Amino acid sequence: MNNLQSIGYFLPEFLIIITALFVIVFDLVSLKKIKLSFTILKREITYNASELLMGLGLLFIAILLYQMPVNGGQIFHGMLINDSFSYYFKWLILISTGSIILVSRHSNELDKEYKSEFDALILFVLLGMFLMTNSSDLLMIYLSIELVSIPSYILAGMLKNDKKSNEASLKYVIFGSFASGLMLFGLSWLYGISGSTNIYNIYESINLIDNPYMIYMSLMLILIGFGYKISMAPLHYWTPDVYEGSPTIVTAFFSAAPKAAGFAILIRTFFILFTGSNSLSIDAIPLDGIDWFLILAVLSAVTMSIGNLLALKQDNVKRMLAYSTISHVGFMLMAFSTASTDAIIGIMFYLTLYMFMNLSAFFMVIHVENNFNAKNIDQWGGIGYKSPVLAIFMVLSLVSLAGLPPTSGFVGKVYLFRTLFATQQFYWLGIVGILNSVISLYYYFKIVKSMYFDESIIKEDENRPITLYMIIILFSSQNILFYIYWTPLYNYIKSLF
Amino acid sequence: MEKSILSLLIFLPVLGAIVMLPVSKYLKSSNIIKYIALGTTGIQLLLSGWLYMNFDPSMSVMQSPFTVQVDWIKHFNIEYFIGVDGLSIPMVLLTALLSFICILASWNIDKKVLGYFSLFLLLDAGMMGVFLSLDFFLFYIFWEVMLLPMYFLIGIWGGPQRHYAAIKFFLYTLFGSLFMLLAMIGLWYFTAPFNAGEGTFSLIKLIELAPQIDAQLWGWNVQWLLWIALFIGFAIKVPVFPFHTWLPLAHVEAPTAISVILAGVLLKMGTYGLLRISYPLLPGEVVAFSYTLAILGVINILWGAMCAIAQIDLKKMVAYSSVSHMGYVLLGMSAVVSPNIAGAEAGLNGAVMQMFNHGTITAMLFLLVGVLYDQAHHRWIVYPENHDNQDLAGKLAFGGLASQMPVFSAFVALAFFAGLGLPALSGFVSEALCFIGGFSAFRLVTAIGTLGILLGAVYLLRAYQRVFLGPLNPAYDKLKDISPRELATVVPIAFLVLLFGVFPKPLVDMVSGSISMLVSIIQGAM
Repeated sequence: MNNLQSIGYFLPEFLIIITALFVIVFDLVSLKKIKLSFTILKREITYNASELLMGLGLLFIAILLYQMPVNGGQIFHGMLINDSFSYYFKWLILISTGSIILVSRHSNELDKEYKSEFDALILFVLLGMFLMTNSSDLLMIYLSIELVSIPSYILAGMLKNDKKSNEASLKYVIFGSFASGLMLFGLSWLYGISGSTNIYNIYESINLIDNPYMIYMSLMLILIGFGYKISMAPLHYWTPDVYEGSPTIVTAFFSAAPKAAGFAILIRTFFILFTGSNSLSIDAIPLDGIDWFLILAVLSAVTMSIGNLLALKQDNVKRMLAYSTISHVGFMLMAFSTASTDAIIGIMFYLTLYMFMNLSAFFMVIHVENNFNAKNIDQWGGIGYKSPVLAIFMVLSLVSLAGLPPTSGFVGKVYLFRTLFATQQFYWLGIVGILNSVISLYYYFKIVKSMYFDESIIKEDENRPITLYMIIILFSSQNILFYIYWTPLYNYIKSLF
Repeated sequence: MEKSILSLLIFLPVLGAIVMLPVSKYLKSSNIIKYIALGTTGIQLLLSGWLYMNFDPSMSVMQSPFTVQVDWIKHFNIEYFIGVDGLSIPMVLLTALLSFICILASWNIDKKVLGYFSLFLLLDAGMMGVFLSLDFFLFYIFWEVMLLPMYFLIGIWGGPQRHYAAIKFFLYTLFGSLFMLLAMIGLWYFTAPFNAGEGTFSLIKLIELAPQIDAQLWGWNVQWLLWIALFIGFAIKVPVFPFHTWLPLAHVEAPTAISVILAGVLLKMGTYGLLRISYPLLPGEVVAFSYTLAILGVINILWGAMCAIAQIDLKKMVAYSSVSHMGYVLLGMSAVVSPNIAGAEAGLNGAVMQMFNHGTITAMLFLLVGVLYDQAHHRWIVYPENHDNQDLAGKLAFGGLASQMPVFSAFVALAFFAGLGLPALSGFVSEALCFIGGFSAFRLVTAIGTLGILLGAVYLLRAYQRVFLGPLNPAYDKLKDISPRELATVVPIAFLVLLFGVFPKPLVDMVSGSISMLVSIIQGAM
């Protein structure tokens, strides 16, 4: 499809760019004094013009995304592909980013002076993530990943006067540029082999090559780039430091949406390039002599074990949740290593649930930091009695993260384990996964233990902004909802293929 | 009524827990919460009584009018499939009875009353669900749902080491149950080829399908691996010998009522799971494993009894006696491969009856220890060597309580005698049946196992002598005899212990139908 026709399929992305630019301009012309306030549930909420514009922009992005036709065709001369797979991921990313923007008003850490910059940066990352989900060209893959990474480096360092935040930002840049350099090298190998940058064309020429080592080389290098993005071991070293140093709201953001985008691009690229399938809806067979499934299975076992074992020793809640993210990535890679359509459905299903439970846990961390100034687990003592409602939902989210009934995390985990049996391979990975689940319970329940078994906090939580409160409850109640009846969600994801 | 009664049994406690929340907010009295809990479990007890009256042991689950089977998650063939048969009905009755009694026994809880009773009711719902589920997925979910309330109940209301006990209990059980999860998913996929490509979680259908599995994995038979995975899950709950270390800790640290539930109901879930799932689904492996099971059972009997002898804490002694008594159940279960059908049925009948009888006897023991602890604030038989007060270290803690608390001592005597298997009390009947069955299958092992009865007499009688007989310890001449409320918790159980000791027919009639079906399945695989 040529560029002009393609624009019709690119409207949400356009609107993101326009909103981001407007947010910056509004900040400059200082329209912050225009305010609008209204009352919900006896509480007054005030928005300034820039925030209203942002909200309006997000709303229209959602509307445009909703009405966008999905036809599976390539747009912009094959640079992007417009299919239902990316459509679903875009919704995931949009919802999690939207919630981050809503909650960011209530983050006490962020400097209100730079709020518009924060918003604009988040929007640029949003654009990058949208592109990540539907890139079908090596150049686009690289550019979209960079478009996510570079604003992320700045976001990590948002707290200018905080040493840890600066450290986080610097570490992120150094690791990130190293990984993307390697990935770029891998991509150029592919170009050298095939003479094309479109992954569908490359797929065809790769099939004709009888020297698997060349493909192995580029495969490994590309895996480094993607693996870094989703914090797969052994490329996870940046994660704890960046998560701990960044403002909590940014950490929450990093832990959900970019992971989803990373998985989207990983699944698409690997499925199209390195299997004999050329489409996402057929079970993959490895190319002759290229058994990347086993590599991924081993990496998945290493990732989840490292994430869990290191999380055990953490006292800092954010750092612990960072390691827990790594272990969840390992779980999803476990399903991915079986390379079947079932696995992709399982991953998308799990990512959806994971995003909600993880975000609600992080928002609770923000709430606790705002009210009790608690950073370490032992400072969470007695929160179960001081904010009882939110604490119950936090317990739900943690149980869900650990993957136990009665929560949706359990259902998601069953679907991940199920792929091993469905494809009849890597049964040993199931046992590794199970041992990891037991370990993970221990550290998640360190928080629960602190919340309910220790009683050290005397003061009440006074600052309870209604949006934060409602979002935590909303995101956490899916833990029960999708546990009792998840058929519609599963069937919807299945219908995308 | 017939179709809804089982669902009511499960979800009534949930309803009670939900009702509590608004009520406690508007009426600032903690008693109202206790009355709601008592009412809920009371109705549950009445319903289960009604169920018992209308239960026909000659019908199979599929014929029973109580069975409910509706689709839950269609694309994964998960069903809301609940029903009751001879295996589960004693457990349902036991759960309802002990829940009601435990609410009474928790009347003096005054710390975070709302939390305690609502968690207790959720626990109750989970236990009922486990015993009534006939869908593996549903079974697994209820199995895990119990863990969370139990974790909080031990961790918040328990004794000094409660935090450690709670997490240890949680991690142990989770470790086992996740293997069960793998086995569950494995069963779905490995039986799919025999069911038109569609797997199932229905435990009734799987009886037909599971024995047909003939796949190999890592050079092992898949059926064998499934058996092992399920066995780990259930054995931790029982607990079978090498996995038992969570038990004394959890039982001792938990508050009285929760110890009763742990020992009275939760332990039975392990053996119930074996009988409900492993036995009918993998009969071939049962045959191969039964000798090991008998040996494990005897180790349990002797190890538990010897550990109990060594205890100087009354509650810990009772906890270890549970390990020993669950060994009888395992021994009786292993007898299913006996060449003598009557022996096999006797063993299995004994096992199921022992599950019920141990539930009542151990509940009584824990309740009585709790009564003593509430007044004396310790439960040492002999003070430990490292006691804070060095004058007391190594000395007898109580002594002569029989003269101070005559009624209480009489009940303790009854419970202890029932525990050591005195004839005319219920423990004797089921233990004798377990040994009869065991002897018909594995002579030597069973003969060694009978030593357990002797050891049981040693620790129980010695403890009784040290605490209740002899001259009265003057430090305890202020102790009051058992109160009417406490009496109300013990008397119904004591009545059942006596009744099933002299007249076990109702219990035998209830279970024997399902038992003979189970025996014929296993014998068919030999």
